Amino acid sequence: MSDQVGTITWISGPVVRARGSRNVGMLELVEVGEDRLVGEVIGLKGDQMTIQVYEETAGMQTGAPVYGTGLPLSVELGPGLIKSIYDGVQRPLPLIEEAMGSFINRGARFDPVSREKKWKYTPKVKPGDEVKGGAILGVAMETDTFEHRVMLNPDDSGTITWVAPAGDYTVAEPIAKLKMGREEKTITMLQRWPVRRARPFTNRRPANIPLITGQRILDTFFPVAKGGAAGIPGPFGSGKTVTQHSIAKWADAEIIVYIGCGERGNEMTEVLQEFPHLIDPRTGRPLMERTVLIANTSNMPVAAREASIYTGITIAEYYRDMGYHVALMADSTSRWAEALREVSGRLEEMPAEEGYPAYLAGRLAEFYERAGYVNNLNGTQGSVSIVGAVSPPGGDFSEPVTQHTKRFIRCFWALDKSLASARHFPAINWLDSYSEYIEDVAGWWREKTGKDWLTMRNRAMELLSEESRLSQIVKLVGPDALPYTERMVLETTRLIREGLLQQNATEAVDAYSSVEKQIRMLEIVLYFHERGMAIVKRGAPINLIHDLPVVDTIIRAKSSVTNEEMHKFDDIQKQIDQQMGQLDAEYRS
Amino acid sequence: MSEVTVQGGQEVVGVGRIEGPILVVEGAANVRYDEVVEIKDSHGRLRRGRVLEVGEGFAVVQIFAGSTGLSIDGTSVRFLGSTLHIPVAEEMLGRIFDGLGNPIDGGPEPLTDRYADVNGQPINPTARIYPRDYIQTGISTIDGVNTLLRGQKLPLFSGAGLPHDQLAAQIVRQATLGKVAGAPPTEGEEFAIVFAAMGVKNDVADYFRRSFTESGALTRVAMFLNLADDPPVERIVTPRAALTLAEYLAYERDMHVLVVLTDMTNYGEALRQISNVRGEVPSRKGYPGYLYSDLASMYERTGRIRTSKGSITQIPILTMPNDDITHPMPDLTGYITEGQIVLGRELYFAGIYPPVAVLPSLSRLMKDGIGKNRTRDDHPRWGAQLYAAYAKTQDVRALASVIGEEELSEADQKYLKFGRAFEREFVNQSFTENRTIERTLEIGWKLLSMLPKKELTRVTLDEIAQYYKGDDAAN
Repeated sequence: MSDQVGTITWISGPVVRARGSRNVGMLELVEVGEDRLVGEVIGLKGDQMTIQVYEETAGMQTGAPVYGTGLPLSVELGPGLIKSIYDGVQRPLPLIEEAMGSFINRGARFDPVSREKKWKYTPKVKPGDEVKGGAILGVAMETDTFEHRVMLNPDDSGTITWVAPAGDYTVAEPIAKLKMGREEKTITMLQRWPVRRARPFTNRRPANIPLITGQRILDTFFPVAKGGAAGIPGPFGSGKTVTQHSIAKWADAEIIVYIGCGERGNEMTEVLQEFPHLIDPRTGRPLMERTVLIANTSNMPVAAREASIYTGITIAEYYRDMGYHVALMADSTSRWAEALREVSGRLEEMPAEEGYPAYLAGRLAEFYERAGYVNNLNGTQGSVSIVGAVSPPGGDFSEPVTQHTKRFIRCFWALDKSLASARHFPAINWLDSYSEYIEDVAGWWREKTGKDWLTMRNRAMELLSEESRLSQIVKLVGPDALPYTERMVLETTRLIREGLLQQNATEAVDAYSSVEKQIRMLEIVLYFHERGMAIVKRGAPINLIHDLPVVDTIIRAKSSVTNEEMHKFDDIQKQIDQQMGQLDAEYRS
Repeated sequence: MSEVTVQGGQEVVGVGRIEGPILVVEGAANVRYDEVVEIKDSHGRLRRGRVLEVGEGFAVVQIFAGSTGLSIDGTSVRFLGSTLHIPVAEEMLGRIFDGLGNPIDGGPEPLTDRYADVNGQPINPTARIYPRDYIQTGISTIDGVNTLLRGQKLPLFSGAGLPHDQLAAQIVRQATLGKVAGAPPTEGEEFAIVFAAMGVKNDVADYFRRSFTESGALTRVAMFLNLADDPPVERIVTPRAALTLAEYLAYERDMHVLVVLTDMTNYGEALRQISNVRGEVPSRKGYPGYLYSDLASMYERTGRIRTSKGSITQIPILTMPNDDITHPMPDLTGYITEGQIVLGRELYFAGIYPPVAVLPSLSRLMKDGIGKNRTRDDHPRWGAQLYAAYAKTQDVRALASVIGEEELSEADQKYLKFGRAFEREFVNQSFTENRTIERTLEIGWKLLSMLPKKELTRVTLDEIAQYYKGDDAAN
């Protein structure tokens, strides 16, 4: 299937030119050189082709052959993806380690999905059924609890002529036969899909269910909807990766696809070693049993970094098609953009801003538009939510990747170096961040908690922006110059900042806050404010409020009250009533 | 100069073009990308280079020693058919090499048949062991609030004239395997040290050599020196040669290796020079677009793997041009490394050594190497509290500079006092002072005790009960 289609004429880093056949297709997968390294055709001109190579090209020789495959760069989809860790072009890293040792060598080729492993399969169709692309043919148990819905390739449709009985099968064994026109096609649990082509669906649904992450500043203040896209830009050391990890751990999605794109090797190792031991609070199963990892670390070949984003999103769409909610983390999209820039530079394309190619915005749009909450071809509903980290040089948000990303996302979590320096984590700046999903998800909050989340959330934000105005004055003249009512605002916002917004990802109780806990905390803080304000207006000095023991209790509630102990908030409310009541009585006269 | 020569290889006489350190060779067939070449000038003198780009009938070669004295017709180039390899052996510890790995201490060529590719290969993330063991450096600002772990890459961001060399030397001298607070010291957990100098002055290299000699460490140090007056292009290879040896020592000889690379800013400039001569599209400040990937290919050669007991810990040193942390070199480094130790000029002028600017400094891996059974249970929260309090001090100082200290509230005045004491007692220590972890924790608690109890919201109430010693302790 792979014939020689050309001969290498030029090599520069990951970009290779070859001369040969005029029948090679654009974006066709090719094998380059004697080692048959994986590459993709990215340019054609007469008999000359330009290829980006997904492996290290050192030692490659001009005059060496290029082999065609006739196929575009694709991923294999089927049971066995969960718990896997792949490189950017879906090569399973554990098998590479087994075969080659601790270092990644070139020319490694393994099946992304095991051909030997058997899956417990139950058919859901019978002979004679008419099926369309995307139809669910049966289910395979991918983990003890996860139902992998085996679907017909979206491009196929026809009449089922034979169905395998329930039993254990590998992905290579037939599970059904399908008559398409005159042809009969054997169906297995495995399908291939070109990574650069979005998988089809029937239509989009409104994104109005929040993706709950257990992170208070995200869920309560800047929620992202299931099927939405969020960007998380920040300078180094501001906590992008920790935030991404927290979302990957706690988001209420059924599948997590985590793409480590051009980032640190140790970070991927951390996920690999930590996730099998962490328990998903919703299913009671290890977090690894819902996670697919794509690791293309910063020292792995740069072209594969470009591919890793597409590999990840295609896998995410595949699970969406089964009717699941999928959350995809890409850390970091800037490294992906830099890979584009590097390849573009080697092709000597005309650069646009900061050396990035002019098509950068288009590529970013293509990627973020693959997020969505959709009606699938088979009638189920599923979503892909994207959380993309951005690493702006020098922390300057005016650079091209951040700016273009902002155009295609609706939720912006701006990380702030000065918050990180003060060890205020997550270091998301509440004044620079925004979410356009707030109104959309307000109905969900009301239904779920029976409380008016939107009003409370907006009230808290109002106080925070008031604080920012007041702190300008404080910087000039000191806090004593402010009237007590304004200093009461500062007391409350301190509670919001330290009690609500700050969250410790490494502490067991605080790492994940349930929706109920989040809204109760918000309610308590605002209640404290209303009571305090009333007393201050009667002339009580602010330091009496500042010194109330309940202040400390509220700040510590995040780590002293577990998600199961909502009644403790009633106690805290009682303490507010009691302590404020005393002050109130004193100043009532 | 003794060369590792692969026999055979095609030889081309005469070159097409010479431009700075770049040579374009015409008429060579089937050249390999990145292979090593041997360049002979008209006097028969040899120098080495490496292939940067190959095309039909031509190859672009980068000459490590520069092109001075080469002529179009009088130069011949021999292609050696393999990428750049250096010999690696345990006996290279205690020796001094040039930037390409050739001995310059008058000793013989290392006796080994083990040669390794200087480019290395990426570590498979599944083969890594996540770093968890801390290194006690005896320096409070590192051990206490920016803990260094074995297998971590933690750069020193410094400025011209700041004492980064002393700090690096102190770390190297005092580094031992960390123990739980209060555990008795043990001997013999010593690191092998691989030191690479890129474009630094002779004095600096000398300073390190002296410091290694004085501490008796010289026999476990391998030095790779490309000094300021050595060919700049060679600098591209120097850190890679050093890391190649480090990998051998760590992963094949089970040693714990500390790698000190100084000064990465000079490395970046050499890379920029090559890129400019080749006419590549520049990104920020003229640096090539692949600077991030290029730096990562070195910094990522750090860590631990499952098949070996050894580890590589990297301490790259960068002088930030104009003290600008957003300059591409520190900026991209910070995105790759696991934190950074930043030196500050203000502290330096205040006479504080080491002048570690605590707020912008960070160790990302710290959380995994400290706490219960590693240092002490309260350590993580204690560290966060010190950070929060010191950050608050900065706000208070800004306010005091406007309204005057007398106008500050009582609590804010305590913060001012805390800030001063923090810098003088915690950050400041002498070049020879080697503090244990319990001593560092003790100083920290003493300082926190200067603040009202109510302000300490990052530590638990139990910890306050146990360690807080302030006036406020009673209520």
